[in-house]
Amino acid sequence: MNVLGLSAVECRALLESRDLSALELVTLYLDRINAVDGDVRAFLAVDAEGALRRAAEVDAIDPAQRRPWDGVPIALKDVLCVEGWETTCGSRILAGYRPPYDATAVAKLREAGLIFLGRLNMDEFAMGSSTENSGYHVTHNPWDLERVPGGSSGGSAACVAAAEAPWALGTDTGGSIRQPASLCGVVGMKPTYGAVSRYGLVAFASSLDQIGPLTRSVTDAAALLDIIAGHDPRDSTSIGLPEPIRLPTETDLTGTRFGVVTEYMGDACEPGVRQVFHDAVAAVTALGGQCEEVSLPSVEKGIAAYYIIAPAEASSNLARFDGVRYGHRAAHSDDLLEMYTRTRSEGFGAEVKRRIMIGTYVLSSGYYEAYYGQAQKTRTLIMRDFERAFAQVDFLISPTSPTVAFKVGERTDDHLAMYLSDLCTIPVNLAGLPGISLPGGFSGGLPVGVQIVGPHFSEQGLIDVAYALEQRLDIRARPALGEVRP
Amino acid sequence: MITRAEVEHIARLSRLHFEEQEMERLRQDLSLILDYVQTLGELDLTGVPPTAHAVALKNVFRPDEPRPGLEQSVAMANGPHVERGQFLVPRIG
Repeated sequence: MNVLGLSAVECRALLESRDLSALELVTLYLDRINAVDGDVRAFLAVDAEGALRRAAEVDAIDPAQRRPWDGVPIALKDVLCVEGWETTCGSRILAGYRPPYDATAVAKLREAGLIFLGRLNMDEFAMGSSTENSGYHVTHNPWDLERVPGGSSGGSAACVAAAEAPWALGTDTGGSIRQPASLCGVVGMKPTYGAVSRYGLVAFASSLDQIGPLTRSVTDAAALLDIIAGHDPRDSTSIGLPEPIRLPTETDLTGTRFGVVTEYMGDACEPGVRQVFHDAVAAVTALGGQCEEVSLPSVEKGIAAYYIIAPAEASSNLARFDGVRYGHRAAHSDDLLEMYTRTRSEGFGAEVKRRIMIGTYVLSSGYYEAYYGQAQKTRTLIMRDFERAFAQVDFLISPTSPTVAFKVGERTDDHLAMYLSDLCTIPVNLAGLPGISLPGGFSGGLPVGVQIVGPHFSEQGLIDVAYALEQRLDIRARPALGEVRP
Repeated sequence: MITRAEVEHIARLSRLHFEEQEMERLRQDLSLILDYVQTLGELDLTGVPPTAHAVALKNVFRPDEPRPGLEQSVAMANGPHVERGQFLVPRIG
């Protein structure tokens, strides 16, 4: 049996039937990490000792006393606080920081019985679309090691694609779960803003950030979302989901209306991506779904609004990193102001500094209304566009990323091109909507994702239609990587 | 287009220092990005209300009940320089 080819739900079934012990399962994944992560470099740290200890504990529990997910491994993006681990957000400024508590999503995973394998690489403070902005190292795409995995949850997507973990958590502020999922050929879901508590998630842009699953199947995404969702008194913006998530079973889309977004057609996406997308639309139609064109006239301005709002929130959130209470502190400063300035200049990378500068500029006296005020009004227009669209159709369908994975180093000097790669994902965050990216096919041997977006708190419906499409497309290819082929 | 003096001013507000050779490159990068985001000026936004949060929530309350927080030593364990339960920093200039 090829365990590394299995989904998390299938791993759970094997543990329940006692066909596999937790120790065997965790050991298989640790061996896999040892075999391939030297090439992929998805992990910033692997907690082999902790994972093996937890696995042995699970195996000692009376099966009747076991919790549902006891013994199933997971890996976590390094932006979530895990008690006892180092949490760095991919930044040198947080090197050595050990949070004294778990993020709520992490605590929920612990309570469910999951075993944590390690923490995953990311663009520093989740700012980037390629994971090249990590303060530690570059992560490589398991489908082609010369290419990026996307970002900012590039470590999470690459680790799942390379079968180094059955699933992982990521975070999504402007596409940071869905875009790397698309580029690595895995499923990635950003829940509705407020579905999952942000407590213990190191903030980038507080009005946009959400935690979500990166998985090998839509069913796993449903299961993982169900574990982490819920209202949390420690995050007053958290609401939870209206109902627990059911695992999807329906494969018929008769009567479901899908909107194909006009603005994402044309030249916005490269030809290979357009082809995969057209095939996905044909598959939806074959399943009985109705596809019609809808227009979101303001989305093209969404990126401009995003690159005001996100840096503005970031510049204020990142003001806390000053060398006083945690993380890096510059040595030998004569006074406090010099200590702040040197600490921040040494600790932050170039992209984070650029965004702090932009954020500070747009919030500075005299520019606030022209930039930030204008961006917040644009956000209203985008929300109205989506409201109009959802009066006409049930879900929107589009490519996730306008391109396949690009080469490492190809876009590092062109910040605007990097920003524009989030064209299809950013408006979804601005409107706080749930979105899922699932593998749609391949272009030149590289994965292409399809994004489905629904109204606020439509996660169950979104999962059900994504599952139907996933079953129809039936993509089984995996990256050829390492001695142990998944 | 952003001027060199503006970059220096914003850097001071941001508590960031840039070396001489980084300054011009940064000025060009910021100009490019700000020129791009300025295209929002093309939209007619008269009468459009601003949105700060996509999911409308107002006046979120919770019961005001005391509960234990972190022990002082735990809360301060990450401090780069801690003395007698306090964060030690250089003097104010």
